[in-house]
Amino acid sequence: METQFRFRADEPAGDPAVTVDSFGEQTNASAVRIEPGDDARVLLPFLDRLRLVEVNFPAYTDGRGYSAARILREAGYQGELRAVGDVLVDQLAYMRRCGFDSFAPEHPLNQADAEAAMARYPDVYTPTVDGRAPIWAKRHHSA
Amino acid sequence: MKILTGNDLKSGAVTWWTGEGWSLHVEDAVDVGEHGAEIAAREAAARHVVGPEVIDATREGDGVRPAHIKYRIRAVGPTVRTDLSLKRADPAAGNWVI
Amino acid sequence: MYLYDEYDQQMVDARVADFRDQVRRRLDGSLAEEQFRPLRLMNGLYLQLHAYMLRVAVPYGTLSSAQMRMLGDIADKYDRGYGHFTTRQNIQYNWIKLDEAPDILADLASVGMHAIQTSGNCIRNTTSDQYAGAIADEIVDPRPYAELIRQWSTFHPEFSYLPRKFKMAVIASDTDRAAMRLHDIGIQLVRNAAGELGAAFYVGGGMGRTPMIAPCINAFVPIDQMITYSEACLRVYNRHGRRDNKYKARIKILVHELGKEEYTRQVEAEFAHLLTLNLEPPAAELERIKAQFADPAFVPGLPDTLDLSDPAFALWVKNNTHTHKQAGYVVVTISLKPTGGIPGDASADQIRLMADLAADYSFDELRVTHAQNIVLPHVRKDQLHALWQKLAAAGLGAANLDQIGDIIACPGLDYCSLANARSIPVAQKISERFAAKEEEIGELKLKISGCINACGHHHAGHIGILGVDRKGVENYQLLLGGCEGADTSLAQITGPGFDENGIVDAVERATDVYLANREGGERFLDTYRRLGMAPFKEAIYRKEPA
Repeated sequence: METQFRFRADEPAGDPAVTVDSFGEQTNASAVRIEPGDDARVLLPFLDRLRLVEVNFPAYTDGRGYSAARILREAGYQGELRAVGDVLVDQLAYMRRCGFDSFAPEHPLNQADAEAAMARYPDVYTPTVDGRAPIWAKRHHSA
Repeated sequence: MKILTGNDLKSGAVTWWTGEGWSLHVEDAVDVGEHGAEIAAREAAARHVVGPEVIDATREGDGVRPAHIKYRIRAVGPTVRTDLSLKRADPAAGNWVI
Repeated sequence: MYLYDEYDQQMVDARVADFRDQVRRRLDGSLAEEQFRPLRLMNGLYLQLHAYMLRVAVPYGTLSSAQMRMLGDIADKYDRGYGHFTTRQNIQYNWIKLDEAPDILADLASVGMHAIQTSGNCIRNTTSDQYAGAIADEIVDPRPYAELIRQWSTFHPEFSYLPRKFKMAVIASDTDRAAMRLHDIGIQLVRNAAGELGAAFYVGGGMGRTPMIAPCINAFVPIDQMITYSEACLRVYNRHGRRDNKYKARIKILVHELGKEEYTRQVEAEFAHLLTLNLEPPAAELERIKAQFADPAFVPGLPDTLDLSDPAFALWVKNNTHTHKQAGYVVVTISLKPTGGIPGDASADQIRLMADLAADYSFDELRVTHAQNIVLPHVRKDQLHALWQKLAAAGLGAANLDQIGDIIACPGLDYCSLANARSIPVAQKISERFAAKEEEIGELKLKISGCINACGHHHAGHIGILGVDRKGVENYQLLLGGCEGADTSLAQITGPGFDENGIVDAVERATDVYLANREGGERFLDTYRRLGMAPFKEAIYRKEPA
């Protein structure tokens, strides 16, 4: 699947993504793909060598990938975090908030619709890994 | 026989496949035979209907009677609000549903 | 009550724009139904048996006169002149058009209301005690905490595609008026020995196909960690809740299958991690919200007596009013269950009347109860008779709160495509059969569900009725002994089911057993618990001689 949106300045990782199961053994692998049933925390010891984590969404209704993404960012992962698969315009904003910075939807998205969707909500109620100040922080001028 | 029911995408009104289009009235429903799923998919893709379903029915006189009470309620309206019924003027409508 | 600031208003306005765009894309074909469906569900718009149905959120059941008036106007402008108050303190409209739904959401947004997350696999409306802020037996008003949860859960980016729906309730009293332990997460605000406020978390309750009473997984979470702990509970559920089977996807199944200890262990581990991330709103935010729930300007020194010489008024006062924390005031419950009526339905005119009455008699405030009634929380005793006369004139004067006529019923097969049987006609028949006896019977909470999804909460009824489909014919099972308070219990089935007339007779036989055997001031539930199922079952299934 083509990466349609990417919010990073660096060059994309060239390596193909391996499965979580084989990642441990393949000590020179720098890209991994997480399936919904995988535990993202098994990757935590290897964050330094990871340049790309793909999170697969076989069905957009299966929201486990959102937790996987946030867990990786909370642990300090700074590489590329890509949502792949059944990714629709209407999930992009939540995915960004959970730490995804690139998107490879199975079916290419309408560019204008995607940009509108990501810009729709100027503020957010709860803090996550995206660094945006939640509304309660803005109300009380605390960062 | 098998008939096709759905809702109008924009208005939400309950509709019945007539062979050519979608009617508000169950008595206009036609037997779709084995083609129900195919017609449903085509009509949904064309946005003429949402949520189409193939259901069992029988012909009775001039009318069409869905086999299950749920679809008879769907055809006429809530049994507890006959003032909102599609067949407000028909005193036999209540018995037909049940 | 809580009033939106510019941030809250901007959120609902943006949501309206968002949904308007999604509807446009659906109607022009750029969005298919499978993609549109979860989006419209997250705005409370169902495709139902007769039309689109819209479920509007009433956060923790509290609303203002202006908001109530808008709900009445929406019923007239966009629907067929009535609305239905639900068992989760919300309101539903049954005859909505898709292309008008964005305009309805815009009208709602203009009075600080919305239909956000009232459906879909996300965190739903958080419910609470309908007497909050008006009675003496709460340790704090639970609603500011419910408001914190509302904001935290609204548009939560990690928890919008859960395995299944997620329902929370918050109470602050040992008298549980919100069926707290029958929720995915139920929170009871409590004080520890040092007098500090905390939240007791009950996780994994629910009704539906497999009713379960939530176990307490943490008896005291410090109040300034309540949101973080909730986040931990949700993350464990999002990661590990079943996704293979829709009927086993609620958190109650996860808690049951892991066991309470293992689920708790996982939550506590996640909680320890999340505590390092500064997710909790600061105390200043709670204080800001609490300030909006301060007592209204009660008039001190009002007369605390009532002239009860009118027997109809006296009966309504006895049944439908509750002691207020402030002398001279009462809490009023308006029954939406007139004899033979449709439980929980109100016409646009009735809704607007209740809005006006709240403005005139109750400091502009109303509550929706999960028993599908309306509360006016702060009414002066010296104005009570005048209020009652106006209610009675509008068909809102039924004096049957918590009696057999105060039936909780889902919309059933008359409205709902998930139903197996009609529930409303059964409610109407029971209401009429018992109209003359309901006072004599006293407290009896009767709940009817039209299918196993249990939206009528039949498992929690002193008498519960479950509609089933028996070879294409409607059939009704009778259950006895459920209770949703602090002594939560699940109703037990009596035996084979009945047709529509049979179920009404069966209910009468059960109440006859109660009347013949009650001792002291026993309610139906108490006599049932004392005697057990046997005498009831014997009477219900006894063949009468021809």
